[in-house]
Amino acid sequence: MPIQVLLVEDSPGDVRLTQEAFRDANRSINLHVASDGVEAMAFLRREGIHQNAPRPDLILLDLNLPKMDGREVLAHIKEDERLKTIPTVVLTTSDAEADIVKSYELQANCYLTKPVQLDAFEGLVKSINDFWLTKVKLPQQEQGGR
Amino acid sequence: MPLQVLLVEDSPGDLRLTQEAFRDVNPFVRLHIANDGVEAMAFLKREGRYLDAPRPDLVLLDLNLPKVDGREVLAYIKDDPGLKTIPTVILTSSEAESDVVKSYQLQANCYLSKPMHFEAFHNLVKSINDFWLTRVKLPQHRNAVEPGKPRLIERQT
Repeated sequence: MPIQVLLVEDSPGDVRLTQEAFRDANRSINLHVASDGVEAMAFLRREGIHQNAPRPDLILLDLNLPKMDGREVLAHIKEDERLKTIPTVVLTTSDAEADIVKSYELQANCYLTKPVQLDAFEGLVKSINDFWLTKVKLPQQEQGGR
Repeated sequence: MPLQVLLVEDSPGDLRLTQEAFRDVNPFVRLHIANDGVEAMAFLKREGRYLDAPRPDLVLLDLNLPKVDGREVLAYIKDDPGLKTIPTVILTSSEAESDVVKSYQLQANCYLSKPMHFEAFHNLVKSINDFWLTRVKLPQHRNAVEPGKPRLIERQT
């Protein structure tokens, strides 16, 4: 049973780095990419081309995104009874205290800043895998209701 | 600057294991203990003998506790505008799916089940330290104005 991860990220470089790091760290991850907030919500709500999208086990969410920004996506996820139990990890270049506090207020499960250096970025993705996808008990996929 | 961790746990054995593991992995952790839900709430609200309690950087919360149980403590933390930003990690022996789902519904930051074996328990505490206290950006609160307390301005030299 693959683990479904939704990466919400608009930077093609960061998408590629994250894909490569997950490929190295854990072969049973199915990484889905949404490149803006509107697409992320369509994926989560299974709208349009995302009609058959799986429910993610984990969401990695950038804050600064086109169309709908990450704070708004986070607020929508955590206000939705069906989606709020999906652990949502903020992964952003911002280390502004206002963004950190705001994310925890909106009930982000944790806040991580993207390192600039390539090997540090890989190390961070590995630690997300080791902690969230190995140690943590995630809620099981909803029964029925496709 | 020490990291303030509140451990809410009623089992003396698990307390000791957690204390020893933190001592091994991170000497900067200041571990505070509450043995039941009532004590945990008093610590977080700074009531009674906890008047000068620090705000925890992280809460480790067992679910099955005397007096007030962990689900209620979690609901209290996550409903309180002043406390909800404190990352709260469920650390329990329960693996019941209903407990996992309920905890995430109440906005636990993550759910971990306690391993039975000593070495695995030690490793779990190490990974909590490595992830939550090393990788994660925790909200700062150093400059927050505490109710009823004068603002403390610290300057690092």
